[in-house]
Amino acid sequence: MTDQSATQQQTEQHQRHTLVALVENKPGVLNRIASLFRRRNFNIDSLTVGRTHKPHVSRMTIVVDSAQANPNLIAANLLKLVNVIEVRVISGEPHVSRDLALIKVRSDDPESRNAVTELCERYPARIVDIGTKVAIVEIASQESIVEALIEELRPIGIVEMVRTGVVAMGRGTRIQDTEYEPPVKIKQNSNGYQRFSV
Amino acid sequence: MQLTGAEIIMECLLREGVEVMFGYPGGAILPTYDAMTKYPQIHHVLVRHEQGASHMADGYARATGKVGVAIATSGPGATNLVTGLATAIMDSSPVVAITGQVARGSIGTDAFQETDVTGVTLPVTKHNYLVADVDELAYVIREAFYIARTGRPGPVLIDVPKDVQIEKTEFVYPEGDIRLPGYRPPQEAPADQIAAAIELINRAERPVILAGHGILMGRAMNELRELAERAGIPVALTLLGKGAMPEKHPLVMGMMGMHGAAACNYAIQEADLLIALGMRFDDRVTGNLKTYALNARKIHIDIDPSEINKNVKVDVGIAGDVRTVVAQLLPHVEVRQHPDWLARIRDWQEDADERDILHHDTGERLLGAQVINDLWKFTGGEAITVTDVGQHQMLEAQYYPHQRPATMITSGGLGTMGFGLPAAIGAKFGRPDEEVWAIVGDGGFQMTMCELATAAQENVDINIAILNNGFLGMVRQWQEFFYEERYHATPMFNPDFCKLAEAFGVPAMRVTSRSQIEESVAFARSVKGPALVEYVIEKEEIVYPMVPAGADLHNMIRRPKPGEVIQR
Repeated sequence: MTDQSATQQQTEQHQRHTLVALVENKPGVLNRIASLFRRRNFNIDSLTVGRTHKPHVSRMTIVVDSAQANPNLIAANLLKLVNVIEVRVISGEPHVSRDLALIKVRSDDPESRNAVTELCERYPARIVDIGTKVAIVEIASQESIVEALIEELRPIGIVEMVRTGVVAMGRGTRIQDTEYEPPVKIKQNSNGYQRFSV
Repeated sequence: MQLTGAEIIMECLLREGVEVMFGYPGGAILPTYDAMTKYPQIHHVLVRHEQGASHMADGYARATGKVGVAIATSGPGATNLVTGLATAIMDSSPVVAITGQVARGSIGTDAFQETDVTGVTLPVTKHNYLVADVDELAYVIREAFYIARTGRPGPVLIDVPKDVQIEKTEFVYPEGDIRLPGYRPPQEAPADQIAAAIELINRAERPVILAGHGILMGRAMNELRELAERAGIPVALTLLGKGAMPEKHPLVMGMMGMHGAAACNYAIQEADLLIALGMRFDDRVTGNLKTYALNARKIHIDIDPSEINKNVKVDVGIAGDVRTVVAQLLPHVEVRQHPDWLARIRDWQEDADERDILHHDTGERLLGAQVINDLWKFTGGEAITVTDVGQHQMLEAQYYPHQRPATMITSGGLGTMGFGLPAAIGAKFGRPDEEVWAIVGDGGFQMTMCELATAAQENVDINIAILNNGFLGMVRQWQEFFYEERYHATPMFNPDFCKLAEAFGVPAMRVTSRSQIEESVAFARSVKGPALVEYVIEKEEIVYPMVPAGADLHNMIRRPKPGEVIQR
């Protein structure tokens, strides 16, 4: 990424919105959501999905470019999906968001090793693997901080990188949960999916 | 009671009140077809192509308000349903489609007649299911019917693997509430939104109501009429909203949009308030959004929250059941009259009257507009008309005013040619007591004319009016206006439609002059079973007025007044 595009990305960040969706943990739900975004031409910046403390509910954090679509309209469209239990646009209210990145950088000389170590002290990052050629830096923080670290690591030499995308949660008593319990028993089917037999 | 999956399907259909299903058998759905023999209460109509089955289910649904059922086998059977499902979702029609699927163990192996049907139909259904366990089947069917008919209705597909149809289980019909945590169609409007809407309505000087399909689906005809009469507000109808209010009512201006009444479109553009009820500001009704109703504040009431602020930014957006919400409004609506505003609209209407082709001398030529208007006259305006897509469809909308709801059935959103004939068959099954006319063009008719055989086999008492101009007329009109009259791929070689009908055992008549129309209606009515009338009409008729795609709504191409020179 050039410096110019990095700056551009910084300014665009103001136009992003974060939506949190609670969905039924059923096969095909991710496909339904991805299909909706494609069909309606909503641009996804990042989408993460994972389990919650309730086995029948999954939680998605979706970051969208709101210059292209009104986040409330996206939320209304998501809610039309039968398997989507609840959606909230949380970017307008106090919330905590985290993006996790693993960044593999060159560490084949003392200068690069020192530079990486020094950065890990300044940032909420740590070295989770180091060898004679490369090191893996881990950071889990707000997206903007992750991006700042990436820019500082870039001159040292990034050779590989992976990011999870943003996960987010409202602060304080802004609790997003569902009362919903699946009717009756949980079965395990042959595909390894958890199925809810009704 | 131990039942097979196939028997459970039939038991559940019975409990949903299904009387008729439209389908086509095949390998993966055969267990269910076999189970049908034990359930003669549910009549199965053998179609000639699965597209016909989905349109028939759709036509049945629109005519009755009940859920229409289509059934097909896996692979090609299911993919042939897709056009009908897409038609149904665009027009919010409650349809349940049941498809066979290859056995569970074969899914994903590219087995014979395997298609990823839930994947293919995902964007054209309100919801769909692949039933992976026979114990889920009864729940799934119950949910499917519930989802199809409630909220904003739409098609739901249930894909049932063959071995699930064969497997036996203890059948207990799931009574009680349906628990769908993520499915909550909105109902009432909050008080502050009602207050905001009332404020606008009671203050408006030039209000217009835009009434759509939602009025019919939500059975809000009385509420609409009361609102319009109480506040003296003129009403513009969408194509699918025809019949939402009796079209001869003095406050009804007619259809809005691309081929709508000029008075409607001018009124919308000059209005200071639009009250949109159960409609979705389709591009065919708004024209250029940048110049659409710029002087108007806007109230939008629709059951689908995702429609609010989608195309047109509104001042008050209410996601709710249109009947409930209008009923909430009514007690606060002041009794008003808008004599100046209505007089202005009357001026536009009088100008349009002068331009109307029916008031021109057209010599010996037989025009589509005349055919439709005479059909209206000789059927007493009381028939259920089911149209195809194209010029005849717009002429129907203009020249066949409907006084009763759900008597005009047409593919509006998707504009599916081939819809007319099968949907008319479905409508007749739903409303056997009504006179049903399929009004189709020569192009669209040939897309699904195989269903003549279905109509003949079932002896469905429908009347088919083909407006034959030997052209794909609407496309030809676009070529004339926008492609410098290069009539490419629009002239049609047609079969002899009367001989064709006779080959199917369907009595037929050809009409070439206006004087024969009355007789043709009498002929069609005299046939107990399907009858076909071919109207050989003027080849180069144009449907006026026309808002060119993307143009401003008030910039219509108008028919010249008699004596006026055409300016293009």
